[in-house]
Amino acid sequence: MSEPVLQTENLVLHFKKDRSLLDMFLAKSAKAVQALNGVSLALQKGETLGIVGESGCGKSTLARAIAGLYKPQSGDISFHGRSTASNKGAALREFNRRVQMIFQDPYSSLNPRLRVGDMLREALTVHNMCPPEAVGARIDELLDLVRLPRDAAEKLPHEFSGGQRQRIAIARALSVEPEVLIADELVSALDVSVQAQVVNLLLSLQDELGLTVLFVAHDLRLVRHVSHRVAVIYLGSVVEIGDAKGLFANPKHPYSQALLSAAPSLNPDEKGNEIVLTGELPSPLNIPSGCAFHGRCPIAQDICRERKPILEGNPKSGQVACHLVEPTAN
Amino acid sequence: MTSSFSLRKSQLFVLLRPGFLVGLAILLSSIALALFPSFFAPFDPNAFNYSALKQPPSAEHWFGTDNLGRDTFSRVIWAYSVNIQMAFVATIFALIIGVTVGSLVGYYGGIADAIFGRCVDAIITFPFLVLVIAVVAVLGPGLTNMYIAITLVGWVYYARLMRAEIMGQLANDYAAAGKVMGYSDRRIIFRHLLPNAITPVIVYWMTDMALAILLGSSLGYLGLGAQPPQAEWGVLIAEGRNFITTAWWLSLMPGIAIVLTGLGFSLVGDGIADLMRPRG
Amino acid sequence: MLENAHITSAHPRILDVKNLSTSFDVAGKQLKAVDNVSFHLNQGEVLGIVGESGSGKSITLRSIIGLSRRYGEVTGEVNWQGENLVAMLERDLRKVRGKDIAMIFQEPMSSLNPLLTVGLQIGENLVEHTSLDKPGRRRRSIELLEMVGIPDAENRLNDYPHQFSGGMRQRVMIAIALASNPKLLLADEPTTALDVTIQKQILKLILDLSKDLGMAVILVTHDLGVAAQTCDRLAVMYGGKLVETGATREVLRAPKHRYTMGLLQSVPENIEPRTPLFSLPGTPPSLMNLPLGCAFAPRCAHSVADCAEKKPPLIGEQHQVACFNPTNSGEATKGVA
Repeated sequence: MSEPVLQTENLVLHFKKDRSLLDMFLAKSAKAVQALNGVSLALQKGETLGIVGESGCGKSTLARAIAGLYKPQSGDISFHGRSTASNKGAALREFNRRVQMIFQDPYSSLNPRLRVGDMLREALTVHNMCPPEAVGARIDELLDLVRLPRDAAEKLPHEFSGGQRQRIAIARALSVEPEVLIADELVSALDVSVQAQVVNLLLSLQDELGLTVLFVAHDLRLVRHVSHRVAVIYLGSVVEIGDAKGLFANPKHPYSQALLSAAPSLNPDEKGNEIVLTGELPSPLNIPSGCAFHGRCPIAQDICRERKPILEGNPKSGQVACHLVEPTAN
Repeated sequence: MTSSFSLRKSQLFVLLRPGFLVGLAILLSSIALALFPSFFAPFDPNAFNYSALKQPPSAEHWFGTDNLGRDTFSRVIWAYSVNIQMAFVATIFALIIGVTVGSLVGYYGGIADAIFGRCVDAIITFPFLVLVIAVVAVLGPGLTNMYIAITLVGWVYYARLMRAEIMGQLANDYAAAGKVMGYSDRRIIFRHLLPNAITPVIVYWMTDMALAILLGSSLGYLGLGAQPPQAEWGVLIAEGRNFITTAWWLSLMPGIAIVLTGLGFSLVGDGIADLMRPRG
Repeated sequence: MLENAHITSAHPRILDVKNLSTSFDVAGKQLKAVDNVSFHLNQGEVLGIVGESGSGKSITLRSIIGLSRRYGEVTGEVNWQGENLVAMLERDLRKVRGKDIAMIFQEPMSSLNPLLTVGLQIGENLVEHTSLDKPGRRRRSIELLEMVGIPDAENRLNDYPHQFSGGMRQRVMIAIALASNPKLLLADEPTTALDVTIQKQILKLILDLSKDLGMAVILVTHDLGVAAQTCDRLAVMYGGKLVETGATREVLRAPKHRYTMGLLQSVPENIEPRTPLFSLPGTPPSLMNLPLGCAFAPRCAHSVADCAEKKPPLIGEQHQVACFNPTNSGEATKGVA
């Protein structure tokens, strides 16, 4: 296998909560939201890696950490084999240019006071993407690329619908010619009838430009549709990762099975299997010992409460972190 | 294109509201009076006229005369220079310092923010006027020292407001998007966050200018600001105090000027608030 | 599990909505959020109102029990147990609301009072609508919390809403709604704020309760999957109008309206991964600015001359559609079943 474009190794990220005065008197240590608890992933060139999980599982934190918005406590993110932890100044800006992110809410990710043209011009000039005299033509090109009319450049963000705004965000990200695109809930803020337009745009742009995509979403149908590989995250850890087709057809981890069966099918007669998880996601302030899923798991045994399972199996065909499931089964 | 045009039209509509127009008229005439007092004032503000002492308002002396025969109308007009200057000079540095500090601590947070928070707590526990008087007492009375005192205390209020606004704007992802785009912190703070965050600060500035006139007049009245015989509304009111029962116009006329100017600033401030509110 | 196939025809009709319209005055312009909507509901039936944002689905729901009155003008009829709720005085309506007809909302946190314990909030509803004494109310509250699947119900009565998780809060909301033994439950996107695994629990709960208590449900949702798994019948809304109604299986298997069909086709199900999805062009219309004819016409690939000028009426018996050029049965439809 060739060297991955982007790789995370054992990424750990905890958000410390402020201690109250009482806690200080009682000498309690500060609580921390354990958002990421050792996430290792590798993105191969040109592929789409889907990240699925419930809200609060850490998938958005993961996306933002990779984009450099959060600093992990430990672990490393490497880009083309080089660690990014010590990146500063020009190296950091260059990393930022090559790894772009698109946010969930296009109503908040665009500066309401900048015209679309100025937004793109800024990105192009800050990174010297093209000679000053070519900027105007490049802006037209970018608008064409995301199927927006050219006069969009003269308008302010509020003059566009949600789907159009998300196209603008995509144009801005692509203006700096990135290699990796992180899409955090790309279409979940959009109307159902508009989602397909944006998904189609992403797919065609990826093929056209050879982008590597990290596709974070809670909509399983969507992730299955766009991803080559999929990682299932539960409470800040990857519990299963593998080829999208295989994973969706035959999920191995009990959590993956429950998650996939919970997605309501369009066919009224297709009820999915009978797994209805009892209980809810434990608080990330207080992650259960052993396997974090053991409290909701229908097949949990003693070992699950005691030891945290690690991802096992062939990285190519699929890995699963469960004491009770054979990774090579099937 | 059409929608962008109609939007601007609807925003400009604010300018046609009577409140804003009245405020603007007051403000512009105040500035004109402040810039060209000699053009509007019929008499020399400091010229004594012993043949016309404490005369009530008349066709010749619209606002009457004081105990030295000086024309009150001319003195009120000449005071515009000082008092409008006060509105501006006493606030502009507080505004600049406050916006800068507030933006930085709001954006970076952490220890700087914690220290800032303590400073704010320390300063706002004292009444504003008491603190300013204390600083003037240390530096000595006079206009310049008064400006320094008001700036030293006043910037905190701007900074506090600015910090809160910046933190509110940070909840939007466009700042994060800027970071991911590889923009410098300076660009994100001053080009992206600040223009979106500054509206309430500007509105507060307009009110604060009115307050600065009040504060400056109060200090003048107390003898800590502008010094007699300089024509300044506070000084004028103080001078008229001794004759309040016999020559009411001496204190009333500068008082009306203060109220009117304050009203002008507030009305314009409201209009600007509506105008600068971003859409969508 | 998610059993929704109870026979509906044997049950009497309990709600009959006729020509319901709701309009608001926005900046001097009339905004017709609900335009001449008619449908009915049988006892114990689960009806899904499906639509995108701005389709008028939530306002339709709110107009049924007079929650839109204060903001806009509601006309038409909502016939409930021999009375027209639209014409009813607010005072009388209050006795229906929360008793015979209960409602739950998308954001359980904002519809619970954060300063009162859950026990008090359920008790409040019991005081209002039952004649139970204090110990009786307590017993009933515990019973209700147990009914909606909240463990350790007795102790949790004294907890405040913020001490519950999102899913648990929605259960509490349902418990409060059930306190008065309603005959009809109005649910406005009850699971949209929840995760899929929790969503499945809540939908199952609503269905089980509907079956056990013979309670009819109107479920407003934007999620076709949720509708497919939960509802007996569907009503699809677009631009403030009903565009298609019918049995869930019928509507999903052979949609007649081009919009319904487009929506179904754009869902990435039963399609080769990474191939282009079917996509409807454009965006849903703003209610402020609806076209003269069919609201969907500007996005429709099959519009005919009439579409731009006239609003198509909703016609048909069991499976109704408002379209001048509906899909015909021979046309290849999405094979969802």
